[in-house]
Amino acid sequence: MTRSATAPPSYAGPLILALESSCDETAVAIADGLDHILASEISSQVELHRPYGGVVPELASRNHNLNLRPLIDLALEKAGVSIEVIDVFAATAGPGLASSLLIGNTTAKALALAAGGKPFYSINHMEGHLLSPFMGDPEGIRPCAALVVSGGHTLLIHLRGLGDYQLLGTTRDDAAGEAFDKVAKMLGLPYPGGPEIDRQARAGDPAAFDFPRSMIDSGDLGFSFSGLKTAMFYQLPKLDQPLSPTCLADLCASFQEAVVDVLVAKALTAIRQTGETLLTLSGGVSCNHRLREKMSAACEKNGIELKIAAPAWCTDNAAMIAYVAAAKALHGVEPSSLDEDVNPNLRLAD
Amino acid sequence: MEETSANEWHPLSVEDTLSLGASVAEGLEAGAVLGLMGRLGSGKTHFVKGLARGLGCVGEVTSPTFTLVHEYTGGRLPLFHLDLYRLESEEELWAIGWEEYLDAGGVIAVEWADKFPAVLPEMAQWWRFEVEETGTRTIRRVDAPETEEAET
Repeated sequence: MTRSATAPPSYAGPLILALESSCDETAVAIADGLDHILASEISSQVELHRPYGGVVPELASRNHNLNLRPLIDLALEKAGVSIEVIDVFAATAGPGLASSLLIGNTTAKALALAAGGKPFYSINHMEGHLLSPFMGDPEGIRPCAALVVSGGHTLLIHLRGLGDYQLLGTTRDDAAGEAFDKVAKMLGLPYPGGPEIDRQARAGDPAAFDFPRSMIDSGDLGFSFSGLKTAMFYQLPKLDQPLSPTCLADLCASFQEAVVDVLVAKALTAIRQTGETLLTLSGGVSCNHRLREKMSAACEKNGIELKIAAPAWCTDNAAMIAYVAAAKALHGVEPSSLDEDVNPNLRLAD
Repeated sequence: MEETSANEWHPLSVEDTLSLGASVAEGLEAGAVLGLMGRLGSGKTHFVKGLARGLGCVGEVTSPTFTLVHEYTGGRLPLFHLDLYRLESEEELWAIGWEEYLDAGGVIAVEWADKFPAVLPEMAQWWRFEVEETGTRTIRRVDAPETEEAET
């Protein structure tokens, strides 16, 4: 069998090559079925050496066109497979920037075609985040209420099974991660602000300032984080400048507490509304320590099982896209048509 | 809402900002570009929500800071909502397809447009959003970007 020469010895299949280029990151992953990520490469995290030598300039971090080819080669090399043995190709189809999406999506289609018409799956980026808590879980995808929180998105979803999603609530204005970054900027903290606020907050008093818990009692599952920026704007002039380290830590802790309280309260409401006993948490903000801590405590108190995506799969990556493609292929979902275009407004559920 | 002159408004509520955006939208034609200036939390995104309402676009308008561009369809004209907050150069704006958005026959609303004022066409409308520490808000249509006030 020619395949065994270049495929990993424990090959379970299908072997999947997935590309992700929805916004800032160019990412490539190779997976062996649902259970093994053989390679997961992200352009901003590797120094890609061009044919002419040199390293990707910072400016080009969003230049998917330049990054994709060397990243595919690197992923194949790390996975120890050649492109001929790939069974399934996949790429993000949306939501995201049209110009960025097209590069990854078109490349994956071309590779599928060049490989002799192998199956190709168009994947929703948000479905990647949604299912990422199940990666590596032998029990597989299970019904749950899911909270996806990142810089660009804040979603509560009822996941009833693969491909069966109901949108429960989303933000009316800013995403939770965006609120972290913008408040960090107001406080003069470096970008990205989310991890920095998390770090500062550890030394602070979360009750020092009373920031609004927007929409916490609204009765629905919508979010609004834009008012927190305004609250911080009015708070800052009342304080001695420059801010003392204690005051800065208190501001960070109090702001973070306001965001976390709303996320926890709404997630618990989603659990009650859906009748599920499993809650999943994913997206970049799920790395926040206070959110993990308070969500874990709330779930424990209410007898809810909590699954949080592994940190490596919280930020944008192609492994989660490969995982969704594997799930679809193994569940017998029809591959996508090569005529299917990218959709910058692609929705996960209505 | 108090209108102190033909080009200056003092919204007293979020609803006022939405209404202003909606009434501005009624006069917009395909290809219109609006450059929005003002610090964080000054009402730019709410103004764009109003534009979407006035155009009759479908879907919740949310901040495109991280996603860079949001597209809203289903209305009289498509609405492209951009945010230059995270971009570091004009080159990046071209790279995300700025030219295609200009040619798409819709309305383009650009938050933090004063970061790269030169890329907006000459016919662009410029809007400045201000909020004082007392809470007084001002929305003003201006002739050109006043970049010295921009928060960087």
